Amino acid sequence: MKKFLYVIAFLFLAGSVFITSPAFAQGGTPPTDDEVNAIARKLYCPVCESTPLDVCPTEACYEWRELIRTMLAEGNTEDQITQYFVDQYGARVLSEPPKEGFFWLIYALPPAVILMGAVILFRSLKEWTKPKAAALVIGSEPAAASPKTDDYLSRFEEELKKQK
Amino acid sequence: MFAEFGYGILVVSFIVAFYSLIAAVYGALRKSAAMVESSRRGMFLVFPLLSLSAAALVYLLITNHFEVAFVYEVTSRSMPTYLKVTAWWGGQAGSLLFWAWLLAAFTSAVTLRKWERDIEFLPWVIVVNAVTIIFFLGMVVFYENPFTRFWLVAGNVEPHMFAPLAATLFTPQDGNGLNPLLRHPGMVIHPPMLYLGFVSYVIPYAFAMAALITGRTDDRWIRLTRRWSLWAWLFLSFGLVLGGRWAYDVLGWGGYWGWDPVEIAAFMPWLTGTAFLHSVMIQEKRGLFKHWNMILVILTYALVVFGTFLTRSGVLSSVHAFANSPIGPFFMGYTALTLFVSIALLIWRWPLLHGETEMKSMLSREALFLLNNLLFMSVLIVSFWGVIFPLVSELFTGQKVTVGPPFYERATAPLFAGLMLLMGIAPLSAWGHSTIKTLGRAMWKSALAAAILTVVLFFTYTQNYIALIGFFLIALVLFVTFQEFGRAARARQRAQGENFFTALARLMGRNRRRYGGYIIHISMMLMAIGILGIEIFQKETQGSLAQGEQMELAGYTIEYRELASWPDEGKGVNFTRAVVDVYEDGIYLGELTPRIDYYFDSQQNMTIPGNRSTLKDDLYVLLVDWQPVSSMGATFKVFVNPLVNWLWIGSLLFLAGIIFTAWPDHDPAEEPLRAPQSTNQPSAAD
Repeated sequence: MKKFLYVIAFLFLAGSVFITSPAFAQGGTPPTDDEVNAIARKLYCPVCESTPLDVCPTEACYEWRELIRTMLAEGNTEDQITQYFVDQYGARVLSEPPKEGFFWLIYALPPAVILMGAVILFRSLKEWTKPKAAALVIGSEPAAASPKTDDYLSRFEEELKKQK
Repeated sequence: MFAEFGYGILVVSFIVAFYSLIAAVYGALRKSAAMVESSRRGMFLVFPLLSLSAAALVYLLITNHFEVAFVYEVTSRSMPTYLKVTAWWGGQAGSLLFWAWLLAAFTSAVTLRKWERDIEFLPWVIVVNAVTIIFFLGMVVFYENPFTRFWLVAGNVEPHMFAPLAATLFTPQDGNGLNPLLRHPGMVIHPPMLYLGFVSYVIPYAFAMAALITGRTDDRWIRLTRRWSLWAWLFLSFGLVLGGRWAYDVLGWGGYWGWDPVEIAAFMPWLTGTAFLHSVMIQEKRGLFKHWNMILVILTYALVVFGTFLTRSGVLSSVHAFANSPIGPFFMGYTALTLFVSIALLIWRWPLLHGETEMKSMLSREALFLLNNLLFMSVLIVSFWGVIFPLVSELFTGQKVTVGPPFYERATAPLFAGLMLLMGIAPLSAWGHSTIKTLGRAMWKSALAAAILTVVLFFTYTQNYIALIGFFLIALVLFVTFQEFGRAARARQRAQGENFFTALARLMGRNRRRYGGYIIHISMMLMAIGILGIEIFQKETQGSLAQGEQMELAGYTIEYRELASWPDEGKGVNFTRAVVDVYEDGIYLGELTPRIDYYFDSQQNMTIPGNRSTLKDDLYVLLVDWQPVSSMGATFKVFVNPLVNWLWIGSLLFLAGIIFTAWPDHDPAEEPLRAPQSTNQPSAAD
């Protein structure tokens, strides 16, 4: 039902733009499919999750593409058309959130976390590779790394058990 | 009757699994071998029980019992029998049962192994498996029951398991039918593969938890589950590749991967699983990073549950969908709880998990593997944040947003480049110790060859600098890997007096993991060629043609010849098929037949491309629209996807590489324990 309402809304919108479009009425060169798709590729309709407008097969998306065509014929630029859709349906029509306000989080958080991970990793690596006074020979008894003698004993027993 | 039987058996399985859980915990705590044995038998019984329940569901599916809501949702009379069977995992309720059934099969297999040497793990492995099965069965028994039927209650049709008062059974004439997009051979195998991958990862996790609980924190659990992890990785990888191929063949957008949340859901455990595959080697060879391996296996399990939930429920589309979904909060609660318990166990056993040796060099193989893990984790962070951000945004700002491919591509491209660089360096570094000098000496020839090739490509193929960086890295990895094969085979040739190919074959046979890994690296690079090709050089155009008219793209000309539309009542499909002639530089190459299939039952279109595939590129033609009178014209969308076939060739080699590595030859658990001399693996840098 909701989908149907969207379709009706798009049809109405497309129709109204079409009728009131002076450029189209004057019979200018209609935009090519490629010009329409170039813009549609960057837009998402609110109904079809995760499907860009240029390949979405639904009727609603077809109407949106026709709306883009009409707006192009009217002489609107790509930015104007995109802005029109954002104004009408919100930021979700964009293929990624606008770089403003709260939405900065999506761009800032991963590099921050990754950087933090990298710093921790490099610090630990440096720490681990620092030559130590009582450095162990590779493969020597593990107990030195273990704080408790009990741990060492239990591990030793395990090793023995496995050797059986 | 079959519905009641299936549901009854489900409930019995649930109870048996619950009993096994209690018996295992009791047996482990009270050191009662009899109770542990009883829980083992109980767990073993769950699989045949669930098989009976599954058989009942499949019977209902293939015999058109549309009074069962699930059968009504996913099948229709016109569907062939094999599709009705596979419709089992075509809907949420069925796929949850499928998940539980697979896990029960794996758990049975695990309980059957020889446990003498690891008997202390047994009850806890059962506990983890039982908890997971109980959770999934609980979902099926209480919330997403595939055996629910339609009842006519006071004129209304309502779904209930058992007859409400004064109700009669309601049987619709026909079902909705499976989503046509899912009626593709790729889609028939794709979900089971993904699920097999998901479910297989429960086993390494179960052993890891058993190791933590029992305090037996050496690398025994890793050795026992090494092959499980590899097979899990194989299935998950195969599932992902099949999904990509399916998208390419069926979705009609000329691509193979769209960074859709459902795709990312399967990709995330693959990322941690891949990091885990590399990082366990450090623990096996050097006794290091035991904490980190635990964290990886815990994360993989959590992501598997999260992924299952994401794939099927679609609840991430909005906060409301999440809140309204009966299973959403349970899945999240379960994921959070298992994460919490696992991490608590890890913290409890933290002191037991210290490294057995020291890191010696920032360029040693273990250090580079750690860097590889950091990069995989970074891709995971980007993917996870991208998937959940729409929810976060809606929650905090009330605004919905879309996080589409541009975000992921920009963020992950440098990370993938870093991983490729590591693939070129790490095989040459030695365990324990490497320096810039030893590495430089080992790789300068390969690096020089890759640089020369890149210059040649600059003058002959492309000036796109991203593509050139990509091709340089691909060439570097390929040259380094081939150099490694050649170097080791020649060494063996000299030592054993065999001819080169015998030496190579025997060498690979003796060290399957290492050389299987290299085959996988090579295959990844072939896939990378395809990905670079389609991502950077893809060309597309769309236009309407009258009969006999032509359009051109990247040297190809297509000419619209004819179009026909006819219904096939038996299949419940209306086919509309266009024929176009294809020319390249004026030479006739053949015809392509893009078509649109309209499914009556689900009222959905399926766009099947006409595709001409060569190693150089794919000409991929879609029928977008047509006029009622075919001579008036039809609209076509044409893609030229350069090099994309290398993606599929690489995928096949990739699978072959994993099978080569994972194929059972002897029990890895019987291998000798880590010996001091094995800490320095021979390598070119030595």
